[in-house]
Amino acid sequence: MTPLTRVTGQALSLPQADIDTDIIYPARFLLITERTGLGAFAFYDRRNDPAFPIAPDLRKVPPFLVAGPNFGCGSSREQAPWALDDLGVRVIIAESFGEIFYSNCFKNGMLPIRLDTETVTALHASATSGGRFTVDLLEQRLRVDGLPPLAFDVAPAQRAALLNGWSEITRIQSLHGNDIASFEAAQRRAMPWLW
Amino acid sequence: MARTLYQKLWDAHLVVDGGEGPSLLYIDRHLLHEVSTPQSFAMLREEGLPVRRPETQLAVADHSVPTQARDQPIADPRAAAQIELLASNCASYGIEYLPLDGGGQGIVHVIGPEQGFTLPGVTLVCGDSHSSTHGAFGALAFGIGASECGIVMATQVLWQTRAKTMRVVFEGELPPYVSAKDMALALIGRIGASGAVGHAIEFAGPAVRALSMEGRMTLCNMAIEAGSRTGLVAPDETTFAYVWGRPRAPSGSRWNAALSYWRGLRSDDDAMFDREVVIRADEIAPHVTFGTSPDQVIAIDGAVPQGREKLGRALDYMAVEPGAPLVGLPIDHAFIGSCTNGRIEDLRAAADVARGGHVAPGVRALVVPGSAAVKRHAEAEGLDRVFLKAGFEWREPGCSLCVAMNNDRLPAGARCASTSNRNFEGRQGIGARTHLMSPAMVAAAALAGRIVDVRSSRA
Ligand code: SF4
Repeated sequence: MTPLTRVTGQALSLPQADIDTDIIYPARFLLITERTGLGAFAFYDRRNDPAFPIAPDLRKVPPFLVAGPNFGCGSSREQAPWALDDLGVRVIIAESFGEIFYSNCFKNGMLPIRLDTETVTALHASATSGGRFTVDLLEQRLRVDGLPPLAFDVAPAQRAALLNGWSEITRIQSLHGNDIASFEAAQRRAMPWLW
Repeated sequence: MARTLYQKLWDAHLVVDGGEGPSLLYIDRHLLHEVSTPQSFAMLREEGLPVRRPETQLAVADHSVPTQARDQPIADPRAAAQIELLASNCASYGIEYLPLDGGGQGIVHVIGPEQGFTLPGVTLVCGDSHSSTHGAFGALAFGIGASECGIVMATQVLWQTRAKTMRVVFEGELPPYVSAKDMALALIGRIGASGAVGHAIEFAGPAVRALSMEGRMTLCNMAIEAGSRTGLVAPDETTFAYVWGRPRAPSGSRWNAALSYWRGLRSDDDAMFDREVVIRADEIAPHVTFGTSPDQVIAIDGAVPQGREKLGRALDYMAVEPGAPLVGLPIDHAFIGSCTNGRIEDLRAAADVARGGHVAPGVRALVVPGSAAVKRHAEAEGLDRVFLKAGFEWREPGCSLCVAMNNDRLPAGARCASTSNRNFEGRQGIGARTHLMSPAMVAAAALAGRIVDVRSSRA
């Protein structure tokens, strides 16, 4: 996984609430069994919608996405973050996220940031006026032209994984292999019916 | 200290306790389907890793399978390849795969319970958001992404953050022709599609206790549409009676050991929930969605709300008018099936309404059983003949029109009464309009050719 430490660039504002993963990546493209090149199908059915600011020209998608509440709700399909990643999106900011989508982002080197309604509203305005966004994950700060630096929450383990580009499986196995084995031995004794 | 059911299940699976932060949670069961796992297997292959405990995993194809002509080769080459890939991946990694023609195939959330793979007290995951369904058994079950499927296969654990808890109490008794689906829609209408984000819901109260396992599964299935990854019902005699004797359930002395553990799986009387919602079951009417999010829903005797600024896009897409009733709206399609309402009781409820009537001219109505076992069961009861006689199509099991990934797709502008769980734009086909409702309501709409109140159409 590519490490994420610092990202700078412009932001796309997508203020609509409840953008579900069916909108981000329509179901019929789920027949594709690859995980790369999926950006071509991102927001496919909204491309020609004038009210939807994802340009038909997908090369123009900046690294920041400021989204409406409950972004990525619905289906667990990881094709949604894969497609956004493929478009070059690295950081997504919203008031709230679909939970599975939120955790899927971290698995793919993308940073989802939750901020309060008022701040997100201000960020939509900055995004629309072409403001520059910078996120520094080491400092856990988001800097946006014209606004004071913003702190955000991210779980320490998820932060470390992003900073180092760690493979989660390798980390778990090397750090917790013994914990897992002893849990299994104990469960097998206590709940033989499960084995 | 008094603990909720969620907390008990959580504590029993802690490999590393992270307190308020992420904890490492042991996963007892993993269900696989063809759509969310090709990339997970690719991940294992890239890293050269085996599956740690293949016997805890079970695979089945459901999303992209055709629901007709199953004796023929699959027409869509991409679907055929995806299904074949699941079978071959499972073969190489030692995971059991239930083949299309083996009698055990079905929607992943229908076959887990019917196989006795889903058990009270276990942690169960699947690369599918409706994994919350299995919480109906008092299992800690939640949907995950494809990367997490790979992590579970390789390590049997996942980093998870403990959710807050929400108890949803349904007081009283459900009126006739009102079902678990209406309970779910009423809840989502009340708290919103993101109303339970960050929370694990426990469903409780007399109306929940009175539900069959099928009804409880419908309820927990829709927890995700309220934003919650997890829905739970404490196991009781109804649960144990359902699980007993199923192919993969414990038997003999193992059954007794399991049972004594399962009996402790309930929230302590003085356990505290972070939030509590109380709904009067006896006041719930049949519910129907009017918009493109499951929380855009009204009781059938209500009217589409005003609020153009907020609902404009949904109202335009659905071609419904603020202030107008949904009753009387003509439909072109009816769909009975999915992991929400594709089980035997759902088919019985629909057949009950369909019996002796006929699908209205111009309406195409599909019944897609949730699994091969449900189909056999229904046929043994003669439900297939009821449906066929009434002009419904009787299909092979799969997700079908719930997700429109196979060749069951609706044309743009078509209006469908559907027992599925998502009315998102384009969910049943580009430009198609979905109204979610219960199986009885869909059957009634199919016969009338328009949305009706099943209570008055049966009166
Ligand atoms: S029936 Fe629908 S919701 Fe259920 S697993 Fe299939 S696609 Fe998903």
